Amino acid sequence: MSDTSSPAVEARNITKRYGPTTALDDAGITIAEGETHALVGRNGAGKSTLVSILTGLQRPDAGRVLFAGRPAPAPADRDGWRSNVACVYQRSTIIPTLTVAENLFLNRQAGRGAINWRALRARARDLLDQYGVRVDAGRMAGDLDVEQRQLLEIARALSFGARFIILDEPTAQLDGPAIERLFERMRALRAQGVTMMFISHHLDEVYRVCQSVTVFRDARHVLTSAVAELPHDELVSAMTGEAAAGYQARARATDAGAPVVLGAEKLTLAGRYHDVDLSVRAGEIVGLAGSGSSGKVGLAETLVGLHVPDSGTVTVNGTRPRPGDVSSALRAGLGFVPRDRHKEGFVPLLSIAENATLPIAHKLGRFGAVSPSLRRAKGERMIEELAIATTGPAQPVGDLSGGNAQKVVMARALADEPRALVVIDPTAGVDVRAKQALLGAVEDAAERGAGAVLVSDELDDLRICDRVLVMFHGQVVKEVPRGWSDADLVAVMEGVDAR
Amino acid sequence: MTQTTVTSPGSPGSPGSPKGRTSGGGAVRLARFRDLALVPAIVLLVIVGALIEPAFLSGDNLTNVLQQQTELSLLVLAEALILIAGKFDLSLESTVGLAPALAVGLLIPVSAGGLGFEWPAALGIPLCLLIGAAVGAFNGLLILRFKLSAFIVTLGMLIVLRGLQIGLTGGQNLFALPESFLYLGNARWLGLPASIWICAVAYAVGIVTLGYFRHGRSIYAIGGNVDAARAAGVRTDRVLWTVFVIGGLLAALAGLLMTGRLGSVAAGQGDGMIFTVFAAAVIGGVVLDGGKGTLFGALCGVLVLGLINNILTLAGVSAQWIQAIYGGIILIALMLARLTSGKAQE
Repeated sequence: MSDTSSPAVEARNITKRYGPTTALDDAGITIAEGETHALVGRNGAGKSTLVSILTGLQRPDAGRVLFAGRPAPAPADRDGWRSNVACVYQRSTIIPTLTVAENLFLNRQAGRGAINWRALRARARDLLDQYGVRVDAGRMAGDLDVEQRQLLEIARALSFGARFIILDEPTAQLDGPAIERLFERMRALRAQGVTMMFISHHLDEVYRVCQSVTVFRDARHVLTSAVAELPHDELVSAMTGEAAAGYQARARATDAGAPVVLGAEKLTLAGRYHDVDLSVRAGEIVGLAGSGSSGKVGLAETLVGLHVPDSGTVTVNGTRPRPGDVSSALRAGLGFVPRDRHKEGFVPLLSIAENATLPIAHKLGRFGAVSPSLRRAKGERMIEELAIATTGPAQPVGDLSGGNAQKVVMARALADEPRALVVIDPTAGVDVRAKQALLGAVEDAAERGAGAVLVSDELDDLRICDRVLVMFHGQVVKEVPRGWSDADLVAVMEGVDAR
Repeated sequence: MTQTTVTSPGSPGSPGSPKGRTSGGGAVRLARFRDLALVPAIVLLVIVGALIEPAFLSGDNLTNVLQQQTELSLLVLAEALILIAGKFDLSLESTVGLAPALAVGLLIPVSAGGLGFEWPAALGIPLCLLIGAAVGAFNGLLILRFKLSAFIVTLGMLIVLRGLQIGLTGGQNLFALPESFLYLGNARWLGLPASIWICAVAYAVGIVTLGYFRHGRSIYAIGGNVDAARAAGVRTDRVLWTVFVIGGLLAALAGLLMTGRLGSVAAGQGDGMIFTVFAAAVIGGVVLDGGKGTLFGALCGVLVLGLINNILTLAGVSAQWIQAIYGGIILIALMLARLTSGKAQE
């Protein structure tokens, strides 16, 4: 039916812009029939955009998509797209309240007539057997575990007749043995002639299941190569590129005799991380690096009391706050910048001054009253210290830009002059100048004698750290002192080099 | 970074183990059983009723219990559909009053409290249903097109519709109604009140549609995960809109039956019913979060509440106390439902 010489999938010269940001800039990918092709790149490289273009959910501004040499279907022709490409998304599209069988044949349970449930279950069993998925078709999908749900998605995706399937970070939520089983399955599908595009942040996985790899960086195509011909370090440097001039970290001497202000001992949270020891001294900044599933955010959130650890202890400033109680950690002298500023960082309708002084409201007046003038004065000082661009302390934080809102969150964390500071992804989605102010504020705090833990996906942020702990699958695998190169750190983070 | 890892690692039947299949079969049977969870309660209530008052088991009393619940059961049918689709409608109880009041107002002369149009009486029933459907369509417009919260929209509509009825009728009950308008509410077909037949048919159609037809199943899909339903090609807005229109239609039908049974349109017709509607739906296993519950369960919820009400009356509980006891029983029933289902209710 199709010309065997043309690649299974080809995206040529794709450009896609969202407002001022360019998500893909003249990028492309060519995937040969029957191969498993990896697409790698750091966050923001344009991988997700390419996925939505290859699945027909978004239209490129320029460029074209070909399946087996023929142009892709029209955007509205969902069935046409489905018969060409299937995708297992990061976010589950399984409906938990329906049975496995119904999820498999959602919206195509029957034609116009009544549904024959017995026949539907039989069809589902056939489909599950065909792909070797051992799940009862009559079970509620919500009772399945993550791995089973994913298998269900793969089987459903393939049931539309597509011979090309995109797996968007399928291993991110799976544990070791489940990843092994997924790889077995991918190899079996490949033996059946299925073409796959595999997205992962773990480079070792790329070497294990893929034949070719394409690297995207900053919305551009960087290289495509056979996996066997590309050494690890070349792949890592293709992903990171030349280190761009970023924030200049200050020189700082840490005092090895300074007291430990933030510590963790044998801390374990099932499914996130296990047996982590950590001690941060006054005046020291310790970075936590690792991929999304490494457990670094879970660890940091346990330190501030957002999670109750299964075992182990947290010490803040010499005391032991009640596990799982944020306010007790804050009382002990901890400042906290949460990961998602919109969800946990600020109250958008309240003013800058009010947001920034929430943790110290009790110090701004007597008998539970809050003095507006004291609050205003404090707010003004913070605006000045962090160079927040605003009309004044009374402006609601919801009206500020991302970078300035994040500065308010930082101001709040620093309001009570904390002895210990936990900062998670402080520079996510902020511009360069805000980034400098935010990192500067963390360094200022350290100079005043606070000990800080900085969690970030941005390598540049971690430059201000005196040492970086790299986590991989829930464990600290390496401690890297100041002066590391991007390639070193990425290699450890991606699990290529865990020496 | 997603947080889907919360699924307990100890969930039964890891893939590859033959156990998965057997435990799965058990889950299916259990799910079926949950549908019937209220049947023992209904049987128990019937026995209690018979012990307290022998007259309880008489055909007349049972028919009476059923007929009194027909209006409520139509509203619960409407609400259950909307809740399963993951939405909310509080305005149903006001439609119960406004739809018949406005329809009647267009038929009867000004002297009887009408609006002066004096349209032919034959239009009464179609008009009433049309008004209900229009209310549902308007709710759908605000919720789906303008993306407003269903709770607030229908709360506003609850007040507006009640106010419209009072404004149009001057707060008066309407008595001089055309015979044809009263027919459905007090006719008897094959020895049973017509309203019971109408309810039975409505539930039968609903149960079959939601159980065995693609469009009915799509309501569950939308309530369970609207994005996934859309990704599977379900026209989610169109289905939701239809559900709101059907909801309004059923509420108007309930109003029509109530009008026929009582022989007039009271100014406060349907007032306060929405609380019982929600109680019956939730007792019957419909989840306020959407995606879960069956119409059969909701019907059982109505029957449980109806029987409790009847037994309290027959047992001679003083009228001043019935409301407090009734409310208490609803709370106990909810707690029992929570304990048996083992999952938190939102």
